[in-house]
Amino acid sequence: MQENKENNTTDTAGYLDMDLLRFSTAGSVDDGKSTLIGRLMYDTKSIFEDQIEAVEKSSKSRGDEHINLALLTDGLKAEREQGITIDVAYRYFATPKRKFIIADTPGHVQYTRNMVTGASNVDLAIILIDARKGVIEQTKRPSFIASLLQIKHVIVCINKMDLVDYSEEVYEKIRKDYLSFDAKLEIPDIRFIPISALNGDNVVDKSEHMDWYKGPSLLWTLENVHVASDRDLIDGRFPVQWVIRPQSDEYHDFRGYAGLVSGGIFRKGEEVVVLPSGFTTKIKSIETMDGELQQAFPPMSVAMTLEDEIDVSRGDMLAKINNQPTIGQDIELMVCWLNVTPLKLGGKYTVKHTTNEARAIIKEVKYKVNVNTLEKNEGDKEVGANDIARITLKTAKPLLYDPYRKNRNTGSLIIIDDFTQQTVGAGMII
Amino acid sequence: MSSYNLSHLDQLESEAIYIFREVAAQFEKPVILFSGGKDSITMVHLAQKAFWPAKIPFPLLHIDTGHNFPEALEFRDNLAEKYKVNLDVGLVQDSIDKGTAVEEKGINPSRNTLQSITLLEKLEEGQYDAAFGGGRRDEEKARAKERFFSHRDDFGQWDPKNQRPELWNLYNGKKAPGESFRIFPISNWTEMDVWQYIKKEKIDLPSIYFSHKREVIKRNGTLIAKSPYNTLLDGEQYEEKVIRYRTLGCMTITGAVESEADTLDKIIEEVAAARQTERGGRADDKRSEAAMEDRKRQGYF
Repeated sequence: MQENKENNTTDTAGYLDMDLLRFSTAGSVDDGKSTLIGRLMYDTKSIFEDQIEAVEKSSKSRGDEHINLALLTDGLKAEREQGITIDVAYRYFATPKRKFIIADTPGHVQYTRNMVTGASNVDLAIILIDARKGVIEQTKRPSFIASLLQIKHVIVCINKMDLVDYSEEVYEKIRKDYLSFDAKLEIPDIRFIPISALNGDNVVDKSEHMDWYKGPSLLWTLENVHVASDRDLIDGRFPVQWVIRPQSDEYHDFRGYAGLVSGGIFRKGEEVVVLPSGFTTKIKSIETMDGELQQAFPPMSVAMTLEDEIDVSRGDMLAKINNQPTIGQDIELMVCWLNVTPLKLGGKYTVKHTTNEARAIIKEVKYKVNVNTLEKNEGDKEVGANDIARITLKTAKPLLYDPYRKNRNTGSLIIIDDFTQQTVGAGMII
Repeated sequence: MSSYNLSHLDQLESEAIYIFREVAAQFEKPVILFSGGKDSITMVHLAQKAFWPAKIPFPLLHIDTGHNFPEALEFRDNLAEKYKVNLDVGLVQDSIDKGTAVEEKGINPSRNTLQSITLLEKLEEGQYDAAFGGGRRDEEKARAKERFFSHRDDFGQWDPKNQRPELWNLYNGKKAPGESFRIFPISNWTEMDVWQYIKKEKIDLPSIYFSHKREVIKRNGTLIAKSPYNTLLDGEQYEEKVIRYRTLGCMTITGAVESEADTLDKIIEEVAAARQTERGGRADDKRSEAAMEDRKRQGYF
């Protein structure tokens, strides 16, 4: 391996200015996803000698011809034995420009559940297509899930180009097939890159084998895609997470409402409404241990103090007076069922939403969606693991919510089984 | 960068603060597991930020193997005083004396696996229902799949195949009586992030992280410090080297690196150029490919 220095940041000032991109990788079995991640980490020198040595050793004992880069990412024993990834695994690498967090999701049976989990926190999704196979049903699933989860940027990597003689025709056909299917989806930014993860073509550097491809490499795209404006900077939403009341003489009267800004920009002195009570007041100060701030925006964790003494507790929300969330108990949502025990129509569950929690009944299953064809099925109301369905809930107390499409923080919820305490459903409010 | 963009360190900090506050709200009796290392020192700093200007609303729990670096213990006591938090110490020696743990045989007996026994005993004794750990997903393969809220059964065991899915920033801390959680607020940080953050926040560290002279022996490619807990083999002898530590564990198994890095800037430069993961110097991970996963299943961090 080469020296590690050139690609790492030793310059502290530069490093402190780096931003963060979270992305997921999805694809079907054997499309080379683990190899691609291994390649990105290997080529950006994010893998260390002892890791390479361990992988070389394992590759040899398995009888693999090359260093099997997939072994770097397949973490758990069972996976190594079966040669598949079971769960969402997180990987990290950095270039001088950006730090990257990869949610690596597996491509087999539990696929939908894991992909939804991995995709829930990302800015961008990489979808892999095997150039020999083209757009098949299994390609459509991750695309649909990316659309459902409102991921704004998708990079379709057409992989294994080395096995189709780096053919432009093959690439173009897959691109067209994908775009005709994609018309049904809501993804604002889609890009296509022909790659060979095994050989490194167009992964970090431009390939010498595909002169016909004029676009940038995958890494360049990941470094440059603009994601900061994807956050909701309009709808002021501050779910109160914890009330800070110091038991000290110095801060005797301090009452700070701590939380993470989930939407909009809050400014000192601004009028806000406390929900659900509806009292209005002004922001007296925005506090952090590093000093007072003039404004706070997503995803900052701060503590706010208010001008008036109002009863505010966890689960309440501060919002702008002229832009408030919906307050309601009848909630319609798309749900991804995560558990092997099927959804019980009329069953009682606990719902977690922002910093709030409520008992809820599932009132209706409207339809299920076939994740391969995107067809709605109104006849089938059996919602089991990995199914996606449109349902309605009634909560025991009002939730303060927005449509998921508008705000991922105030539009998402999880459903918890009261008997097993398991997280059984992931909901996106319509 | 637009004015409404946070740097990656600010985003990681905010995420960790969110986790601390969430645990305070969802659990009865959380505790911060304090190893004395840079990750747990960083965690305590983040906890302070999460609840400022109030005190950290949790005690610290340190599992003392009895094989610790004296510098680390002194630092621990000063830190507890500085942050005005209660410090609870669990001694592996107590478990050995009680007969619940049995000392390993050999030339550098490790008390690393025994720590899990003392830890579980202390968690039960203190009735702690959530224990913060400084584990990071970039450290080791099995940790790459760890959740922020990691569920443990009655026996403190981790079941990697049956983890709760974690979506958005909605964390499910519900549990049956007797069950508990391990919480990892800095899951998404890398070694580099931690060092940069330590520099940015001017966080104090134990002196042994910085370059110093020490008598060591080279054993299986690892530099082991001279301590009362090691036995020299025939032909082995101590030699003085200029070294520092990248992680802190037992004196018996934590390998030093030869290094002149005596400032944070030099350490950061060294980390950037490093050819070995920081756990590469830990003999405990090398025992088998799945060593970490096996220890985690049994209740280790």
